[in-house]
Amino acid sequence: MAELVAVLATTHHPFYYRTSTLPEAERPPFAADWVAKVEAYRETLERARPDVLVMVGSDHFHQIWLDNVPQFLVGKAPFYDANFYNEEREFGLPRLTLRGHEELSAHILRGGLDAGFDLAFSNELRVDHSITCPIFTVRPQNDLPIVPVYTNIFAPPMPQPKRFVELGRTLRELVESWPSTQRVAMIGTGHLSLELGGPRQFGPHGPDPEFDAKAVEWIANGDIEGALSEVSLESLWEPGNATHGFMDFMLMMGVAGENKADYADNLDLFHTMEAYFTWYPSGVET
Amino acid sequence: MSKYLVDKFLYTVDRDPELVERYRAEPRECVTWWERERACAALNLHTGERCTWLEFTDAEREALANHDHVALFELGAHPFLTLTLFIAMFERDHPEPLTYQRGYAAALAHESLPYPDIST
Repeated sequence: MAELVAVLATTHHPFYYRTSTLPEAERPPFAADWVAKVEAYRETLERARPDVLVMVGSDHFHQIWLDNVPQFLVGKAPFYDANFYNEEREFGLPRLTLRGHEELSAHILRGGLDAGFDLAFSNELRVDHSITCPIFTVRPQNDLPIVPVYTNIFAPPMPQPKRFVELGRTLRELVESWPSTQRVAMIGTGHLSLELGGPRQFGPHGPDPEFDAKAVEWIANGDIEGALSEVSLESLWEPGNATHGFMDFMLMMGVAGENKADYADNLDLFHTMEAYFTWYPSGVET
Repeated sequence: MSKYLVDKFLYTVDRDPELVERYRAEPRECVTWWERERACAALNLHTGERCTWLEFTDAEREALANHDHVALFELGAHPFLTLTLFIAMFERDHPEPLTYQRGYAAALAHESLPYPDIST
């Protein structure tokens, strides 16, 4: 069977690409720490020597619109073009093309449906910065095939947080039951407290540092029950109006199980806290 | 209330560079034209199929025509859509990084939790 060699859960910050590619002299003061932390995090994926990536993210009203919103969607295509005009405009993100892994997509779709998740699918999915930001940060050579998994953390009504955890557990079981010798890494990106388009946006820190501190502890300690006991669809509006992106972290906690992260780091930035976690389910060579 | 239609306006303008400029330069003209010509254009159906029922309320039409992001917030427009489009239109007028975004937030400072419902 395939081996799940690494689980990565991280924030996605669309400004990182531009910040890290500016000439040194033009970089803002926080850039050096940020780049150093991202490069250290990249090493955690490199060490696992993956062959294929299952990538969890969420469309930001690019391909998915309110006339037809899937709660959970799996891409099944040989290629995924990526990034959109408004991401190039606002964040300076380049267009790119990622290779797909149709066999693993088909396995996840069949197995997910049979496990009780009525997954939507797409044979022509253009992925956005929720998928490409981690490519830029942890796999900039963009050399591995992917299976994109999209969740709805954006448009109410959304699935309950526990459903994200359950999907994470199921995705792990499906990866580990895939008849293959491939080494699979799962990478999911979400948010800690975040405000977009509201009064608390673009402050000196994330909108709710207290929530961020608790969230980092839940993730680092694999404390799924702790997170589920305090997080609800209603409560997530309070730390910031875009904090439902934390449910993608909860999905990745479901993947990782109730285990302490093997690697945990974070960075307090303006507007939001960055966070980086990696688990090695079957250990890693040192 | 037609929050869905307000969101549809923000979404369809934001993804079209020509419409972004038209809405910036002539907001009332753009909103009037869009409601007449585009509001009922279904986005993923056979070419030419149109809905029969979508229209703005007076308050929504005025908020859009006045570039009034505070009113849009209060009407329950999706804040990500409003922010993204307004950055595209107005960040260029504020050369210092993040100045526009912070002013946008300051204009909303009187808003308190719970924020208006954005469910459509």
